[in-house]
Amino acid sequence: MSPSNREIRIQIDSRLEFIDMIQQATEDVCRAALFGRETVFNISLAVREAVINAIRHGNRLASEKQVHVVFRLDRDKLAVTVRDEGEGFDFEQLRDPREPDNLFKPTGRGLFFIRSFVDRVAFSRVNGGGTEILMEKRIRRGRRGRTVRANQEASEGGGV
Amino acid sequence: MKTKVRNIGKVTVLDLAGKITIGEGDVVLREEVNKLLESDRKNILLNLDKVTYMDSAGIGELVACYKRAAESGARLKLLNPSGRVSDLLSLTKLQQVFEIYKDEKEGLVSF
Repeated sequence: MSPSNREIRIQIDSRLEFIDMIQQATEDVCRAALFGRETVFNISLAVREAVINAIRHGNRLASEKQVHVVFRLDRDKLAVTVRDEGEGFDFEQLRDPREPDNLFKPTGRGLFFIRSFVDRVAFSRVNGGGTEILMEKRIRRGRRGRTVRANQEASEGGGV
Repeated sequence: MKTKVRNIGKVTVLDLAGKITIGEGDVVLREEVNKLLESDRKNILLNLDKVTYMDSAGIGELVACYKRAAESGARLKLLNPSGRVSDLLSLTKLQQVFEIYKDEKEGLVSF
């Protein structure tokens, strides 16, 4: 896939065993976009968490319901949408897992990871049911069009 | 995920290897820690040295194990989380919750 307005669509049943496959696809798309290793790790974890959310909280583990993942890669950014077919969940009420009252709660870190690892996150209700999450990661390029891996990862602190 | 239990004096070291992710490693971790608590092991050192990957479910299960151990009157500490896992623990401020050791001997004598 060359980095110019390309799109890949993947649709899966709501089965946890398919999550690794989506994550692998995410890593491949990120490498095609020439993101550096740390950024590939971060984006793929964000997408993984979004798919987990779609399966568990969106489709409530109903395997006949689908999760739709779309990767759109253009010159300046990678956009990934993950859409479920569920009744919707209240993404406005999400708590900060780092707050003292939440530190010992076993859940609530997935969306925190998503927000931490991409540049832009947006939620929307889908007509006819379901929730869609959009995640965007900017691609920084040098004068000759190459991805600026070192600068990108330095600005992200080099890790997660 | 593969696991191995080593009893060293009063401490049980639970060696974990592989991924702790939703539906896989998180379930194994829960079952293994539950077995130790049911057999009245009170000092548990989770060796994360060979854990290659964790997602939010894995991190959540670590927290759940910590809570269950505390509720059972046991103590659960972490040994040598690898770079990625360590970064996630730091990002979520869980390094403030867990006692974390880089050296097994230090971990063992800490109980």
